Amino acid sequence: MALVDQAVTPALRISHLSKRFGAFVALRDIHLDIPKGEFVCFLGPSGCGKTTLLRVIAGLDPQDEGRIEMGGRDVSALPPADRDFGIVFQSYALFPNLTVDDNVAYGLVNRGSPREAIRRRVDELLGLVGLPEQRDKYPVQLSGGQQQRVALARALATSPGLLLLDEPLSALDARVRIRLRDEIRGLQKRLGVTTIMVTHDQEEALAMADRIVVMNHGVIEQIGAPQEIYRAPATPFVADFVGHMTFLDAVATGPGGVRIGALALVVNQKDLAPGARVRLAMRPEEVRTRGLRDGEPNTFEARVGELAFLGSFCRARLEPVASPGSSIVAEFSANAIRDLGVVSGEVRRVGLSAETLRVFPAVEAAR
Amino acid sequence: MSAAADAPGVAAAPPAGRAANRESQVATALVASLCVVLVLAIALPLWMLLSKSVQSPDGAFVGLSNFVVYATTPALVGSLVNSVFVATLSTAIVIPLAFAYAYMLRRSCAPAKGLFYAAALLPIFAPSLLSALALVYIFGNQGFLKQALLGASLYGPVGIVIAESLYAFPHALLILVTALALADGRLYEAAAAMGTTRARVFRTITLPGARYGIISATFVVFTIVITDFGIPKVLGGQYSVLATDAYKQVVGQQNFPMGAVVGIILLAPAVLAFLVDRRVQRRQVALLTARSVPYEAKPRRARDLALTIFAALVAGAIVFTYGVAVWASFITYWPYNLSPTLANYDFATFDASGWSPYVNSLKMAAATALIGSVFVFAGAYLIEKVKAFSAGRAFAQFLAMLPMAVPGLVLGLGYVFFYNAAWNPLGVFYGSLLVLVVNTIAHFYTVAHIASTTALKQIDGEFESVAASLKVPFWRHATRVTTPICLPAILDVAVYMFVNALTTVSAVIFLYGADSKLASIAIVHLDEAGAIASAAAMGAVIMATAIAAKLAHLVVDRFVISRLQRWRAR
Repeated sequence: MALVDQAVTPALRISHLSKRFGAFVALRDIHLDIPKGEFVCFLGPSGCGKTTLLRVIAGLDPQDEGRIEMGGRDVSALPPADRDFGIVFQSYALFPNLTVDDNVAYGLVNRGSPREAIRRRVDELLGLVGLPEQRDKYPVQLSGGQQQRVALARALATSPGLLLLDEPLSALDARVRIRLRDEIRGLQKRLGVTTIMVTHDQEEALAMADRIVVMNHGVIEQIGAPQEIYRAPATPFVADFVGHMTFLDAVATGPGGVRIGALALVVNQKDLAPGARVRLAMRPEEVRTRGLRDGEPNTFEARVGELAFLGSFCRARLEPVASPGSSIVAEFSANAIRDLGVVSGEVRRVGLSAETLRVFPAVEAAR
Repeated sequence: MSAAADAPGVAAAPPAGRAANRESQVATALVASLCVVLVLAIALPLWMLLSKSVQSPDGAFVGLSNFVVYATTPALVGSLVNSVFVATLSTAIVIPLAFAYAYMLRRSCAPAKGLFYAAALLPIFAPSLLSALALVYIFGNQGFLKQALLGASLYGPVGIVIAESLYAFPHALLILVTALALADGRLYEAAAAMGTTRARVFRTITLPGARYGIISATFVVFTIVITDFGIPKVLGGQYSVLATDAYKQVVGQQNFPMGAVVGIILLAPAVLAFLVDRRVQRRQVALLTARSVPYEAKPRRARDLALTIFAALVAGAIVFTYGVAVWASFITYWPYNLSPTLANYDFATFDASGWSPYVNSLKMAAATALIGSVFVFAGAYLIEKVKAFSAGRAFAQFLAMLPMAVPGLVLGLGYVFFYNAAWNPLGVFYGSLLVLVVNTIAHFYTVAHIASTTALKQIDGEFESVAASLKVPFWRHATRVTTPICLPAILDVAVYMFVNALTTVSAVIFLYGADSKLASIAIVHLDEAGAIASAAAMGAVIMATAIAAKLAHLVVDRFVISRLQRWRAR
């Protein structure tokens, strides 16, 4: 790498990365580029390899194969201390015998910076994370949210090129989690630091990330912006893992058409061979029951099964009259239920927009 | 080039590559040195013991013929039978008593538990010989309760079993108290809700819960008794046991191969105990879950009263025995002149070495505590927290666990063979205080290692990751964060080492030199010279020192450490 163009070189480039624990394949042939300044979430169920990938990037667990570059520099074989990153763990991992001040300054003192410069930097960081008055306290005297802010300040103190967050919000209670989530995102935007966050919480990933990397069984299922992941899931796994999804066995009737029992539906996918077995996926909130025009495609009669009250909306189980035995989950807002008088047992006209329906091959669904 | 806001004046990171490389080299070198020290202090002496047992006195390989000679010498086999007999009998006495005592401490509402606990632990602070010396005054030929033995002689199995039972009691108690400390209160509530009788609850919940503790305590007591040297030396008379045989063979007759054979026989129960204990500990884990609710005893008059009376009798017997030893040390000439005197403490009139063994003991114990706690903790740190050289760390962990399976007497024999070997340049240290210190650290290594490891394991494993990400080398992180957090555990280890270094007899009896005689050995010599009162006096001095050390530890722990560790308080 003689010439490194800073503008084009990604902050992190991972290629051909694999990692095994004995016979268990934790990561299989991972490729990933993260541009400078981006906030990326690794999302997936437990055991999918997201934390392993983070630890491999940090150099805490060595990979078996593959290459890792940070800012164009090959760090594949370097120990953690020679890679340029700061890290925050779910457990905070604050040193209990050191004050907030000393925790934040921990990495600065080691560089032999002048005392006054360290003090200014700690002041600045504690201001950034909103804890200017707590510097002489010990971690045990702080709340969970405050401790995680200190951990964040400590990780940012040395101005790392990459910030790694390992489920940083999972140990916090719900309200603190949402507040801190916005603060972390705001701070990241302000500093422009390239950030990777591992999480199993899809809502967190959707709310925070520029791009989401959805992982399962040690492979990357899809990389994309939150809306893309949600609206156009690339695989049934992504469709099922991110948000709710109803899957129905269907048969393709030709390009842009599928049939469930006697119910024919229009879809956007064109590459469908007539007679092919497919799985049709639909979001519960995309099942509409108001404002349906006469003769609108993809509208049909369905019997309303059980209705589950969930506060701001109701979840209903629908059985299309044309396809008895099939079950579609729909979410109707509280006001729709009230205005339209939706009750269990009635037959009601519902509609699905073609662009919200996803078609997956049937073989894929067997996984 | 970094994206985060850089503050002016904060120096850039040191050049990468070199620093971390050096860090892992340092780590590898340290782990390697740990292995070398442990091999010299533990592995090679044991290897020498094993190899000596298959050699003739002039060093030729003779296979198992030494064992054949042993098995066909009636006097030697007799000792084996005697040893097994007294060890079995002592264990059978100690375990039920210690269990009931532990039950009183953990599962009843008896009063003054702290006092009872302290009284029962008294024997730990004195050499084993002291209980034997006390028995001489109580049940000996001129003992004031001689009639209580119904004409039987104290010198022989009777005396050995009584003295060993007293001595081994607290060791069993410590294990059983732990075993009974943890219980799931919900199990007892469920049993009560089903109307289960108390006897059945005890049989189906309490006993199974403590089962592993009982097994472990049984082996520990058996091993302590069968390998103890001090008590049979004082009370054995003509009744020879394995431990005294080993001493006679090695020190008396210079018959190293036969001494090695006896050592290996002594090794057997300890190794067995070690293996059983490891299995037991592996299965113990599943007994309690995070959801368990600790059991708390509720008052029950009859039970509490009965247990209190029982505990008072046991504690009384222990305190009385050691009290007699102390009292006897201040008597002019038992039983003819009972006027108080300090003459027995003028050790120079009975043995040329005078008070110097006590000074040696203090030096040795202080050095053992200081070097031992630091070395053991550093070793545990390297094994537990450093990433480099994993094969070396696994090997060091194995060696660190080994002394648990090696009785002091056997380790002492190994040291004799190792430091006496003609080829060994370290032989120049033989008989020096240094060898005694190394031997004592090695002897008590495992317990200290486990204590250090436990403390280290309680620290968040991500600390090292954070330190690495901040480019702080592990040695700096160790001194700045890990060691301060573990300070109380390190202090525990130091006191444990100090007390044991003061009281141990069995290993060091083979190793002391003219200038390094210890107080515990002086007791043996004073007793041999017939100066029993003076021997008791030396024992009392050791006991007082050990108890003082323990009290000082409690004070330091309570006041100094709590101030230094303000960060623990919420």
